[in-house]
Amino acid sequence: MNYKAIRYILFRVLELLGVLYLLPTLVSLFYKERSAILFLLGALFFFAIGYAGTRNRPTPLVFYAREGFVVTALAWIVISACGAIPFVLSGAIPNYLDALFETVSGFTTTGASILSDVEHMEKGVMFWRCFTHWVGGMGFLVFMLAVLPLSDGYSMHLMRAESPGPSVGKFVPRVRQTAEILYAIYLGITVIEIVLLMISGLSLYEASTLTFSTVGTGGFSITNAGINPYPVASQAIITFFMALCGINFSVFYFFIIKRPDEAVKSDETRWYLITMLVSAILIAINVYAAGMGTTPGMTFHHSLFTVASVMTTTGFATWDFNLWPEFSRTLLFCLMLIGACAGSTGGGFKFSRLVILVRNIRNELGFVVHPKSIKRVYMDGAVVERTTVKSVTAYLSIYVCVYVVSLILLSLDKFDFTTNMTAVAATLNNIGPGLNVVGATGNYGGFSGLSKVVLIFDMLAGRLELMPMLILLRRTTWRK
Amino acid sequence: MQILIVGCGNVGIAIAEQLSTEGHDITAIDERSDNLQYAVNAFDIRGIVGNGASFSILKDAGVETSDMLLAVTDSDELNMLCCLIGKRAGAKTTVARVRNPVYKQELNYIKSELDINMVINPEEIAAAEAARSLKYPLASKVESFARGRAEMVQMRIEKDSPLRGKSLMEIRTDLAGNVIFAIVQRGDEVYIPYGSFVLQEKDEVSIVAPSKELLTFFKKAGIPTAKVRDAILIGGGQTAFYLARQLLSMGVDVKIFEKEKERCAKLSEALPEAMIINGDGTDKDMLMEEGLAGTDAFIALTGIDEENIMMSLFTKSVSKAKLITKLTKVSYNDIIGEMEIGTTLYPRLITAERIIRYVRGIQESMDSEIETLYRLCDGRVEALEFLIKRDAPVIGVPLQELRMKRGLIVACINHRGDVIVPNGSSTIAAGDTVIVVTRLTGFKDITDILEKS
Repeated sequence: MNYKAIRYILFRVLELLGVLYLLPTLVSLFYKERSAILFLLGALFFFAIGYAGTRNRPTPLVFYAREGFVVTALAWIVISACGAIPFVLSGAIPNYLDALFETVSGFTTTGASILSDVEHMEKGVMFWRCFTHWVGGMGFLVFMLAVLPLSDGYSMHLMRAESPGPSVGKFVPRVRQTAEILYAIYLGITVIEIVLLMISGLSLYEASTLTFSTVGTGGFSITNAGINPYPVASQAIITFFMALCGINFSVFYFFIIKRPDEAVKSDETRWYLITMLVSAILIAINVYAAGMGTTPGMTFHHSLFTVASVMTTTGFATWDFNLWPEFSRTLLFCLMLIGACAGSTGGGFKFSRLVILVRNIRNELGFVVHPKSIKRVYMDGAVVERTTVKSVTAYLSIYVCVYVVSLILLSLDKFDFTTNMTAVAATLNNIGPGLNVVGATGNYGGFSGLSKVVLIFDMLAGRLELMPMLILLRRTTWRK
Repeated sequence: MQILIVGCGNVGIAIAEQLSTEGHDITAIDERSDNLQYAVNAFDIRGIVGNGASFSILKDAGVETSDMLLAVTDSDELNMLCCLIGKRAGAKTTVARVRNPVYKQELNYIKSELDINMVINPEEIAAAEAARSLKYPLASKVESFARGRAEMVQMRIEKDSPLRGKSLMEIRTDLAGNVIFAIVQRGDEVYIPYGSFVLQEKDEVSIVAPSKELLTFFKKAGIPTAKVRDAILIGGGQTAFYLARQLLSMGVDVKIFEKEKERCAKLSEALPEAMIINGDGTDKDMLMEEGLAGTDAFIALTGIDEENIMMSLFTKSVSKAKLITKLTKVSYNDIIGEMEIGTTLYPRLITAERIIRYVRGIQESMDSEIETLYRLCDGRVEALEFLIKRDAPVIGVPLQELRMKRGLIVACINHRGDVIVPNGSSTIAAGDTVIVVTRLTGFKDITDILEKS
């Protein structure tokens, strides 16, 4: 294990955090809030520590698979632990564990909150809360790869550990270029959404915080009533951008370089959009038939918003879907488990994994009938590597294991089965709201300390696709 | 530059690694994903699984905007087809590895009709390399500059070497040696030595000089330069064939040991002057019987590394022959460096090196004045040959008055084909080429040797 390289990256992360604190500092200064001093001190403090710790760059700075995973997991833990401090010191969330929960929820773009009332928070602190979504959405190690010459080799291991999906590819030869392109697309989408939201009648502050929560597919909102108070046009814009950010970013890249034929080849995107549309229609019918909607049009609008919010693992709500009929609730729960597309900012099991899994099951069934047949799994018109298929099935088993263990630990708490079941689903898939107690209008404040730690672990594990967090727990990882 | 590499075997990987660290954008194409997986993990390159001769795969890899396509798969035909299609699809330059001697005859036709810019044959260049190192029996490496008018020879100072314990100044005055000791490698350290530097046993020195002067210097210094008169080659593969042909043309008697009878018959048809022996080269009694102890050169060229190493070690113990050992695997380079098996010959590395040199040449003809470039001592030292343009600030100034950076040496000046080893009062003229050996890397033109004022 290359401890020097790991330490170096962790100090780099602190340095980055110092820089990130500057943005909420500006917001606090603008609104003349007390927290301005706090953020400024934080920025200076962490930048200084990071700067001091990165004077000696170990050479060569090489990450093998093990270091890649470990450093990714540790970097996420460190940035969350240090990013939680403003919440405690500003008095917004006095308890550190709660603040940590909120920050992890922010960086992992979960959007699960322990707060019942968010409106009393200072605007700068609120801005920081939503900004963590934006930072975590594309991944900050990817950001560091884009701006720093971070590694002398094997940098794919870093990128792979942080990027979601069964197989991570580069669309241009260099990791750095790839990271730059990803961030350029991400930034572009962000700016467009902010502008559109402002046109629809929101203030810059509202537009930017909501945009951070949307494009990072996070889900923190700045009112207690979620997205409900905003105009329908704003809601529609948010729906569109949620759906957009659940799509693999390489699809956008192919559109940008004018090769749309490559983009439409993507099986994953097709199934993702079909599933979204069909589920929205089914839920709209179900809800309207139960006599809850006002007009069919508005019912579909809210249904589509909710489906997009759940599938992209954002977790925004315009309507308390906890009150919907059982069929809609169940369907939403299933959509929670699947999540968004690989290579997007969304979480969950990922559509590409589902596509591979379903097609593999079909082949396995065929194999029972024709034992000598040889059939491969295809996706996007190309053969899927056997190792990829294997890793997807392994991922499912690990996913189930983590799920079950978390569920049992959570059951020690005082809540009902549906609450616990959906709380794990909502954190492990980085969605945010679940059902019942943790539903769209509820929060995670009532859980015990142990439960919160378990859920924090689940959020990190879910964002980093399980392996990095689990590898931290392996004893052999830490041997020299 | 945007470079596509088709075929991610040993050669492909070696090229990808080097070119990627030199700042080129590499996309590798291979049908076997496990080969690619390693390369993509280890170096900053992109991998595409598929057949490199397929247009759609090449298009995926971005052939339309690429500057160069290097086809280095195991199959000659596939390589040529890749180049053909790649060129049509927009690659500006194409390089193919072609090893079948049948195509060798038609090389010019293939190059012009298929529009391939460079065809490289690993066996042939490995043989050429071996033949070159036989020219200087003590040298472990020979590179050439100024179209062969100047050479750089790397050799090891042995215990009985007349150069041992002498300072460079002494060598220069005592032997009137008109040569430059450009690099000394001692253990892990690399020096660009000055006059007071004293040579020790086990130093690896690189000497630069005009080609004619080198032999004279060796003779004066008492370093054996005896021309090789006869050579034993073990293994009768393609490399042996090419090497034997070159050696025969140099007037060396060649004995080739080959196990397979059919191959022996073919070799004897192709090389009527050589003695072909049908027998196992690892049979030591037979080797002794055929005069191993008295031979001038022993070259182990079988396909098995371990056999080659064992035979060379054995030969070392019974004779004073110059040894050349062919090796396929590159990974054990560090350990093998310790063994006394003479010059090592890595056909794959040589191929890769040659292609890389070609790529650099293409690039450098675009944006710099470098004629030749060699990376030495694991890339820590560069030997460059610069063309001096009319407006260069070094023209006409005696070398001792130029404010040059430390850690570099001007080794030779080629003035219209007349190569000299410069002294302090030598001057450089426009149109000359100048050979510079340096520990500083990234030089683009001759002004880079000067201290920035």
